Amino acid sequence: MSRTEQIVSGLARRQRAEKRFRLYGLIAIVLGMSFLLLLFGSIVTNGYKAFTQTYIELPIYFNPEVIDPGGEHDPQTLFSADYWKLVKTAMYQKFPQVSGRKERRELARMISEGSAYELRDQVLENPGLIGTTRHIWVVADDDIDMLMKGYIDREVPEDERRLNDRVIGYVDDLREAGVIERQFNTTFFTAGDSREPEQAGILGALTGSFLTLIITLLLSFPIGVAAAIYLEEFAPRNRFIDLIEININNLAAVPSIIFGLLGLAIFINWFGMPRSTAIVGGLVLALMTLPTIIIASRVSIQAVPPSIKEAALGVGASRMQAMFHHVLPIAMPGMLTGTIIGMARALGETAPLLMIGMVAFIVEPPSGFTDPATALPVQIFLWSDSPERGFTERTSAAILVLLAFLIAMNAAAVYLREKVTKRF
Amino acid sequence: MDITETLAIPIPEQLDPSATTGHADLDLTTVGDITVPDPRMKLRDINVFYGQKQAVFNVNLDIGSNSVSAMIGPSGCGKTTLLRCLNRMNDTIDGCRVEGRVEMDGKNVYARKVDPVLLRARVGMVFQKPNPFPKSIFDNVAYGPRIHGLVHDRTDLEEIVHTSLERAGLLNEVKDRLDQPGTGLSGGQQQRLCIARAIAVSPEVILMDEPCSALDPIATARIEELIGELRKNFSIAIVTHSMQQAARVSQRTAYFHLGYLVEVGPTKDIFTTPKHQLTEEYITGRFG
Amino acid sequence: MLRQARDANATRLNSLPEYFGMLGAIWAGAPALLVYFVWLAFEGDILMAQVLEMLPDADSMAATQELLIGDIRNAIENPISYRIASEEVRMAADRYRELSQTATLALTATCLSVFAVCSALALKFMTPRIRARAQVEKIIRGFLLLCSMLAIFITIGIVLSVLFEASRFFQIVSVTEFLFGLDWSPQMAIREDQVGSSGAFGAVPLFVGTLLISFIAMLVAAPVGLMSAIYLSEYAPSKVRAAVKPLLEILAGVPTVVYGFFAAIVVGPALRGFGQSVGLDVASESALAAGFVMGIMIIPFVSSISDDVITAVPQAMRDGSLAMGATHSETMRRVILPAALPGIIGGLLLAISRAIGETMIVVMAAGLSANLTANPLEAVTTVTVQIVTLLVGDQEFDSPKTLAAFALGLALFFITLALNFIALYVVRKYREQYE
Repeated sequence: MSRTEQIVSGLARRQRAEKRFRLYGLIAIVLGMSFLLLLFGSIVTNGYKAFTQTYIELPIYFNPEVIDPGGEHDPQTLFSADYWKLVKTAMYQKFPQVSGRKERRELARMISEGSAYELRDQVLENPGLIGTTRHIWVVADDDIDMLMKGYIDREVPEDERRLNDRVIGYVDDLREAGVIERQFNTTFFTAGDSREPEQAGILGALTGSFLTLIITLLLSFPIGVAAAIYLEEFAPRNRFIDLIEININNLAAVPSIIFGLLGLAIFINWFGMPRSTAIVGGLVLALMTLPTIIIASRVSIQAVPPSIKEAALGVGASRMQAMFHHVLPIAMPGMLTGTIIGMARALGETAPLLMIGMVAFIVEPPSGFTDPATALPVQIFLWSDSPERGFTERTSAAILVLLAFLIAMNAAAVYLREKVTKRF
Repeated sequence: MDITETLAIPIPEQLDPSATTGHADLDLTTVGDITVPDPRMKLRDINVFYGQKQAVFNVNLDIGSNSVSAMIGPSGCGKTTLLRCLNRMNDTIDGCRVEGRVEMDGKNVYARKVDPVLLRARVGMVFQKPNPFPKSIFDNVAYGPRIHGLVHDRTDLEEIVHTSLERAGLLNEVKDRLDQPGTGLSGGQQQRLCIARAIAVSPEVILMDEPCSALDPIATARIEELIGELRKNFSIAIVTHSMQQAARVSQRTAYFHLGYLVEVGPTKDIFTTPKHQLTEEYITGRFG
Repeated sequence: MLRQARDANATRLNSLPEYFGMLGAIWAGAPALLVYFVWLAFEGDILMAQVLEMLPDADSMAATQELLIGDIRNAIENPISYRIASEEVRMAADRYRELSQTATLALTATCLSVFAVCSALALKFMTPRIRARAQVEKIIRGFLLLCSMLAIFITIGIVLSVLFEASRFFQIVSVTEFLFGLDWSPQMAIREDQVGSSGAFGAVPLFVGTLLISFIAMLVAAPVGLMSAIYLSEYAPSKVRAAVKPLLEILAGVPTVVYGFFAAIVVGPALRGFGQSVGLDVASESALAAGFVMGIMIIPFVSSISDDVITAVPQAMRDGSLAMGATHSETMRRVILPAALPGIIGGLLLAISRAIGETMIVVMAAGLSANLTANPLEAVTTVTVQIVTLLVGDQEFDSPKTLAAFALGLALFFITLALNFIALYVVRKYREQYE
């Protein structure tokens, strides 16, 4: 058998192996893409409906006898009055035929208890409402919301679902009258956390995340850039500097939960800083983000052509001046890109915040760095633990909001990077 | 990483011949007889494109059996690109397109049913920079026979490795350390190792792409001597930057200019009585 | 005229006038700034202590006192809370506001006087002969050095804090018991008679659970990540590569809490349902679900490191092999992968260290009870899950339960540190080989 024949005889087998290998690669890509699709698909389908919410239009009579018996519009009285009674009364009038105690309770439960606070705020803002009747869209209870969104199956036996036939009948009546409908869910963006899904929103968590990130940015950006400048430009080549560099690289790979332990032991137990606050959260995330920013900043300083520095030195600038006046402005977009990516990571980080107690149930959005606060990913974690369907939906919606922020930040980083590469 | 840099393929920046040479009136059609009596491979009407840019224009050339054909010319003249057509190594470059026929035994190697794997087993190649695999010297030489399934037992394999190393003139230097990494050899030794690796599958043609440009003069001399030896058993096409080298090792020389084959003929004629003005200017060192 | 005078002066100075300004500002301003920050750090606590002293029942229990402080803080900052607060709290809030106004005035006065004194000193010592630029640059340089040393301080901080709390734990529970004990039930230890007895703090089940989940994760991530990197770098047309690479990287940018939710809501129930349909009993918080989702998270990590490593192998190797007549897969398997192996192993080690330290996915999708099992269909718990469950909620800092979290943290830190160290070393050596 000649040499060529020998090679030819093995060719078919080898080409099959080649095809198989190529197929494995293709399968890997397809798997990766389908995981991505599955992840996003499941979250979007779970969550998109949470951006609407069921409202019921009720003719509310702001009965002075109930909310302002004295008639002097005293804020204290108005604040603690029984607005829930107004809602109940309006609901009973809508269904005059319902009389039993149990049935009436079911009627009242169709409305979210949060609507009472809504009415309270309206009255406190405009006491002139007292004594008038207004048609007001009030938030429905989350079970009604779930029914309207089709998550409660009417075919299921009555004792196995959360709403009985009677209540479903009421809802159908309201629907016929056109006074129940899904509207944009403003509560979700304007409220803090709540035990009731229909009253729960992400404003508190968003504010907390925002305050935390401000602290993180203010600390990690200047320190990170300063460290990068030192290491790139002024550091002598010795063992100590090597130690610092190894340290930075290792810190970048330390699990984030360890930073949480550090924050708990040092900032809270030792320095006595307040638990659950944005300032401690920001500090911990700053320590965590610092290595990322240092590494990115060093890379972008290295990318500046040395000729620029040499030109500055050549006309008599000191190294410090060459750095701050000439190299730094050119390296800045690269540093900002690294910083944005670091911030995006910090925004999505949960574990260290759990360690420093940012998992508390907090209704009021924080108004300062030392207020008890939570953060968006932590809110997602908290909600994901709640059994109600309404919370599952809101968890997914909160994830969508979080992802939207992350995508925006990463897009900004990519835009900056593109802009820079175009210039050079 | 810039692809042109890694592949060491000079892509002409300016392909309009009249613009750079100042010989706007020059005729770039080939001077000399492109055929040889006993061709091993034939290039016919070859045009090569990188994306929109054309790197080789209408080249016709024969590669003779058991002889050394040299391709010379200034940087960016398309000689390396043309060499890589002979074993379809251009296939591995994104956006590279070859038109025309490359014949071996009367068959077009660019035909659909031709498997480049088989072609490359018959047409071996040695690169500009020595590129031994990060394996032992033995495994480097055994690589080809192993992947092509040419041997069935260890003794056969050892025999092939030994003869290949011997023919590459390397055996005496490395026979005690065949299990050492090939990357530990000197530059000249590495290049001879690559030649041994190429001849281990007994190809019919060996392509050499400036095989000595990364070597010192002594190593270069050894390789040139080796090429003279190899010519007895193989057909060799060599691209070189050095006219002296072409003069020393080759029997036929082809001069390329900006993607065109300008002149071809027996080496001694090209260097003594060039017929084309550009060839003359090149060999007298007026540009290059 | 003025300009001329200044220029004439400047020629006699050894630095630009700006530097004298900066140096003056640093001399005069830095001490005042220091006073300001120290003051601010302690002001709140001091004022609150004074306010509490004023209240009649200030000596009540610590817990109620904290609540009270919270109420007062709310009343100070939030008008609505103030309106509905009790008489006592309102009084305290009023007092606090008064005090804080006085304090602000005092602070301003102190800062200004410190500033004035320092400025005077600065003026006295500032002469044209001072090398202002050199001094300013020296100060800036010191600041830069301090910033880069922060990395070391952080590491020292981590080691010391975790080590300190862990050593308190090891005074109660022996090290060998912690490292080799087979039974983990920290809840039992709250009862006085159970402290440290019968191996309630044996961490082996946690280590095994962590390893099991990380192993499953690598089983998903390593082949998918590596093969997709190979496909993208060797086979995919550049357009496909340009589209798929960033898409895969999206997976790396998704926060872990999202993966946790995905594991708990989608993958866990799906696996359980699938198990039921084929007659297998799959726990709803099975190691398989958590490990699988963690694997998805790590895919882009493995693939981008493999991609870097594979493209770092010189093109000449590829060409050499292809020119010998090897197919792409033969080139890959016989030349490029062996050459890239150290780098790939380093990358996989980093990925394992990630899997071990990953918290949210396992907190949300893995179990809480320590099962010593290697069955991926059962629920297991991990080191990170236990750290979170031990520390979230009550915070008695002397109970072994809380301290155990730090002991686990210590173990986690050293394991991941060792892995990272080896991995970074291997990768660096590999890079040097081809540079």
